[in-house]
Amino acid sequence: MNIHEYQAKEILSEYGIQVPKGQVIFTPEEAFKVAWRIESDVAVVKAQIHAGGRGKAGGVKIAKSIDDVMLYANELLGKKLVTHQTGPEGKEVTRLLIEEGCDIKKEYYIGLTLDRSTSRIVLIASEEGGTEIENVAKEMPEKIYKEIIDPVVGLTPFQARRIGFNVNISKELMQQFVELLLNLYRCFVEKDCTIAEINPLVVTEDGKVMALDAKMNFDSNGLYRNKDILDYRDLEEEDEKEIEASKYDLSYVSLDGNIGCLVNGAGLAMSTMDIIKYYGGEPANFLDVGGGATEENVKAAFKIILSDKRVNGIFVNIFGGIIKCDVIANGIVEACKDIKVKVPIVVRLEGTNVDEGIEILNNSGLNIVTASSMGEGAKKTVELVK
Amino acid sequence: MSIWVNKDTLVIVQGITGSTASFHTKEMLDYGTKIVGGVTPGKGGTKVQGLPVFNTVKEAVEETNASVSVIYVPAPWAADAIIEAVDAELDMVVCITEHIPVQDMIKVKRYMEGKKTRLIGPNCPGVVIPEECKIGIMPGYIHKKGHVGIVSRSGTLTYEAVYQLSQKGIGQSAAVGIGGDPINGTNFIDVLKAFNEDKDTNAVIMIGEIGGTAEEEAALWIKENMSKPVVGFIAGATAPKGKRMGHAGAIISGGKGTADEKIKMMKKCGIEVADTCATIGDTLVEVLKQKEMLNYCL
Repeated sequence: MNIHEYQAKEILSEYGIQVPKGQVIFTPEEAFKVAWRIESDVAVVKAQIHAGGRGKAGGVKIAKSIDDVMLYANELLGKKLVTHQTGPEGKEVTRLLIEEGCDIKKEYYIGLTLDRSTSRIVLIASEEGGTEIENVAKEMPEKIYKEIIDPVVGLTPFQARRIGFNVNISKELMQQFVELLLNLYRCFVEKDCTIAEINPLVVTEDGKVMALDAKMNFDSNGLYRNKDILDYRDLEEEDEKEIEASKYDLSYVSLDGNIGCLVNGAGLAMSTMDIIKYYGGEPANFLDVGGGATEENVKAAFKIILSDKRVNGIFVNIFGGIIKCDVIANGIVEACKDIKVKVPIVVRLEGTNVDEGIEILNNSGLNIVTASSMGEGAKKTVELVK
Repeated sequence: MSIWVNKDTLVIVQGITGSTASFHTKEMLDYGTKIVGGVTPGKGGTKVQGLPVFNTVKEAVEETNASVSVIYVPAPWAADAIIEAVDAELDMVVCITEHIPVQDMIKVKRYMEGKKTRLIGPNCPGVVIPEECKIGIMPGYIHKKGHVGIVSRSGTLTYEAVYQLSQKGIGQSAAVGIGGDPINGTNFIDVLKAFNEDKDTNAVIMIGEIGGTAEEEAALWIKENMSKPVVGFIAGATAPKGKRMGHAGAIISGGKGTADEKIKMMKKCGIEVADTCATIGDTLVEVLKQKEMLNYCL
């Protein structure tokens, strides 16, 4: 789960990490009130969307007066911001973070994430702050320092110091820097983060170590024990169909095509998208009904697929293991009772309780095309939607 | 000979009193697996499918002599269930549970260092040795005894590959689902090593998906060490970047983990890669024909 920069900064503050004084606003009126209270010479107006690359896309502005703040607030609120991470359709800006400016002496990159090859958390740091770490990794790999963290002892002060010496933190600021890293690690573990990134981390002229920007991502599997993080969820940032799907424990991702897919298992769901494309079709979605799906969930899945107006054909591809084919079949039949389905449906069932499932479909009186293999099903679906 | 487990392996089910576990306990028993008991804390002394239920794994092992456990415990308690099985010094533990938090698995992996227990999964379908035993959730009837080993990050894709082979009359020596999470116990290379040493395995199918670099590492290992032909498939060639595709590990991030990169590396290492998941079986047949090995796999 993603959150906004201002929310990440709230969490970092709770963990004793310094961030610039700031306030989130939703309207120009609120911007005006906040602007009056700014004590620094300049203020920074930052668009809050769940995507990186905001600076380059014109989503971050430096204001030198209250008039400037208002000018930028009016310009940005309601604007569709297109960055390299939003896709061409962009994201609408509905909230801005207005912050006090600071005198930056130097910028660094600090990040914590999972290192899959060691199954441990890795601390990554670089003196090349402010830019994208992937580019630094590609072009100047020698400028990146890593510490792999043993979960038994956690991030240790010596590791944090070693990173500090490597990125040339001054002796005077070392203790502040080390504490910041230890706090960031504590936050990462306690809140079930998958990414906690401070880029840039800055050292200011007046000797502060501060998070100027922050990006945090949370393990959705850990949310059950971090209910406070759920409050940060911004539904406006998510696809409506994805929100609806998450209520039924369905794993759904919207895509651009016109063939709706209902599949069990993530691997098979991806392969179903792949094979539809292989036969010249375009999938409208990724949908994994999961192992614990009930009739109710399958019914909901069907409705979500059909709520996408672009969908003019559906391919149901099920290989039952933990899930049973009769459950899927009943869900489809129930969904079709509620909504009049006008698009062709191709169903391929195999696996646990397959005979019962096929019988249910055959006796339903529904106009369903059956397929005996995945390849045949994909081919038939693509032909039917042409 | 088979890898790790066989028809005589004694198995216990952790979380046996849950409805999914109870259903699959029956399925496993019907397949011929020697399930000898189960564990659910607080339900000790009761019975499920006629099998004794114990409060702790240690007690279950002492009473039944089981050497393997299969876990259906819900995610919030699954990591603890794995650690309990490792503490009881089982040879192998198969964790079916999905949605275990990554932080929990980091601790589990660290705890397991230096221990004798092999972990399969989590978030996996389990292990099957056709016509001997099935430890997990896969539909038993699709399997056929034979000489092709299958290893996969995806459950349903394992079934897909198995079914295609069985329909062609090609049996399997074993099918192992290693799970779709970013942290798992047994990895591709562990299974490939076992297949390489297994006298019953003559060819291998390896099914990967987007995210991480496990397939690339396995491909390099195959190039250096594998004496048997390997056919591959990668799911997610059309997946958009930055979107998590169901599995916790299936995401293309920071430009890493794309299907293209994986397929390229596999081909470079001499692995034939199927174009679609529907042609995994056909691709294997082609490779076996070229190597004049088809008869050894029928």
